[in-house]
Amino acid sequence: MTTDSTTRSQRRKLAKKPDNTLVSADRAGAGLDRGFAGLAKAAGIFILIILAFVAFFLSWNSVGALYQEEEGLIIGRFLSYAWPFALGTVVVALLALIMGAPIAIGVALYISHYAPPRASKTIGYIIDLLAAIPSVVYGAWGMFVLAPAMVPLYHWLSEWLYLWPEENLGWGIPFFAGSPGMGQNIFTASVVLAVMILPIISSVCREIFIQTPKLHEEAALALGATRWEMIKMAVFPFARPGIISGVMLGLGRALGETMAVVMVVSGLGFQASIISPGNSTIPREIALNFGETGHGTERWHQLVALGLVLFIITLAVNMVARWIVSRHKEFSGAN
Amino acid sequence: MSETDTKHMHQKFEEHQRAEQDQVHLGSAAGMVGSVSNVEPQELIRPRSLVGNVLPKWFLPATAGVGVVVGFVISYLIGGLSVNYALWFVFAAIIYVLVSYLITRQQLNKRKAVDGLWRNLVYVAFVIALIPLVSVIWSVTVDGFQGITHSSFWTQDMSQNAARTREQAIHDGEAPMGGGVLHAIIGSLLITLTATVISVPIGLLTSIYLVEYSRGGPLSRGITFFVDVMTGIPSIVAGLFGVAAMQTILMLGNQIGLWSYGPGNYSMGITAAVALCVLMIPVVVRTTEEMLRVVPNELREASYALGVRKWRTILKVVIPTAISGIAAGVTLSIARVIGETAPILLTAGTLTRVNWDMFAGSMMTLPVYIYHTFRYPYGGPGELEYLSEQRAWGAALVLIMIVMTLNLIARIIANVFAPKKTGR
Repeated sequence: MTTDSTTRSQRRKLAKKPDNTLVSADRAGAGLDRGFAGLAKAAGIFILIILAFVAFFLSWNSVGALYQEEEGLIIGRFLSYAWPFALGTVVVALLALIMGAPIAIGVALYISHYAPPRASKTIGYIIDLLAAIPSVVYGAWGMFVLAPAMVPLYHWLSEWLYLWPEENLGWGIPFFAGSPGMGQNIFTASVVLAVMILPIISSVCREIFIQTPKLHEEAALALGATRWEMIKMAVFPFARPGIISGVMLGLGRALGETMAVVMVVSGLGFQASIISPGNSTIPREIALNFGETGHGTERWHQLVALGLVLFIITLAVNMVARWIVSRHKEFSGAN
Repeated sequence: MSETDTKHMHQKFEEHQRAEQDQVHLGSAAGMVGSVSNVEPQELIRPRSLVGNVLPKWFLPATAGVGVVVGFVISYLIGGLSVNYALWFVFAAIIYVLVSYLITRQQLNKRKAVDGLWRNLVYVAFVIALIPLVSVIWSVTVDGFQGITHSSFWTQDMSQNAARTREQAIHDGEAPMGGGVLHAIIGSLLITLTATVISVPIGLLTSIYLVEYSRGGPLSRGITFFVDVMTGIPSIVAGLFGVAAMQTILMLGNQIGLWSYGPGNYSMGITAAVALCVLMIPVVVRTTEEMLRVVPNELREASYALGVRKWRTILKVVIPTAISGIAAGVTLSIARVIGETAPILLTAGTLTRVNWDMFAGSMMTLPVYIYHTFRYPYGGPGELEYLSEQRAWGAALVLIMIVMTLNLIARIIANVFAPKKTGR
């Protein structure tokens, strides 16, 4: 009885007010829906705007390094100022890559295919710890621990690759000229950078090594391949784009790394030798001088323009890496 | 002929055929065995069985032991009768890899030797990767522990000690090593917190747009691509951007008459926070996007079927389901920016005292403190420099502890509070 009456009264109420409330609530809901969608979209567009602003501010402020009202175009002066730093940056990053990438790939292989399966996850965490250490700590380590430890190696290199051939052949390799001093040179810096990019390359490679289709591996093993032959035949062809993009990401990181180079390297002059103090990179030049340079001077504009050069180099490297990954996306996670 | 006769004959014929076939089979089989055993008996029964065709288990440890011992002797002789650990390791590794390769090749075959060679190289690469990790953590812990156990380390800033010599300290009747990192810790927390407050809403909303609203259009593809590109922006460039942006804002505001700051007054906490946002936003977007994609579609569809609006579905169903992953991602992004040095050095500068104001004056952070103290030790050369270095190592230890704790928290959040893959 009671339920019957309530339903009747409800029906009567509904009959009195058709569905005004429903319609109005619906309208408000639709508005909120659109508002929320717009907010989300605005946030996405905002990120693009930030990136555009980064590019805009850098290019706008570096005009002063290339053109000044009294003198006209001064591109030549900027280039002669900038090229040693650009070269230093590329050399340090490439040295770091040559040392770091093979070891990183080896570590990734160890975790994915050689380590005991139970331990491999823990080992992966341990290697990821390397990535968690801040760059300033690496810089301090490079400055106080690594640089003194590297000095004997530099003496040996200088003796056998520069001094000895110069005496006997009349010509030594100029990269190993000069006195190592305290070991605070760009070679030490690139060793520190190699340590820093190792976990990046290694984690990208590890991810893709693990994704190798099990059936490919088992097929290779079933045909009598040894473990290395299996890796060569099944894992590497599958993982090649991942390895390349991981290495490119590591290169991008090494190009832009500041503090490790600032703290490890001492001396400023440009020279061919990589084992004696001197040489510099773009981030180091900016970090050391930006605070002391007056806003709006030519030097200030030059520093910002150096930043722009670095931005463009790393942007290009990263875009190539991403492009390689996206081109091979259909293969990742196959089967 | 009757039918039974034909049947009988048929059966007999079949039996005969079968018997013939059997004979042929037997004969051929016997012939084969005979011929094989006559011509090449070794091919069938190899001298080594399957088990015997591998080297004994003690082979690798024994070779490694030989490598370590011989490597020590060689490095000891070459290094002028003193122990050089690096040289020792290099020779041990080379001897281990070479000897095991040569013995395997001689005892077994080339393929197995090459397999073993690469396995050993992978092992050596792994050990090489561990050396710097152990070395970094060792030096930071040993030197830093003395720093953080000093009483004033946690409670004081450096304003009293920046230009103070040992004689002055003794004259004042205090321990020579006063001062601490309080100002740096406060600055780090403030700047990171501000950056997080700015970055997380933008990053989260963007990933909501990417996952829930966009349908793979050019805008979403562009955002995904440029977020990926943004993860690779060098931190020093982010710092330059922060400075340039703040200078422009200050200049414009000055011209309009909003404030009297000129573009030279850019050195503030908020400038550093803006610079860090450039580094933080892409990390937040990437991690939260992944987490939102993991949320099963059934949950969304169930919510829609109940007549719930899309924005309410996102806020009440999708985000609560993915909240653990989002929290983990945000924690990781905080860990990523709290150790940044270069952008903060450019934007917030250095300071020796506590500054709580994000909008006025420079600020010190832990990474900049470490850098600055190592580069310009307080108190000049001598004992005070040593103490100053200890304080910097202590700050490095604190920083590593913070970053690793954040990483650990992120992993715990992600593992413990992870949503069930099949829905609730």
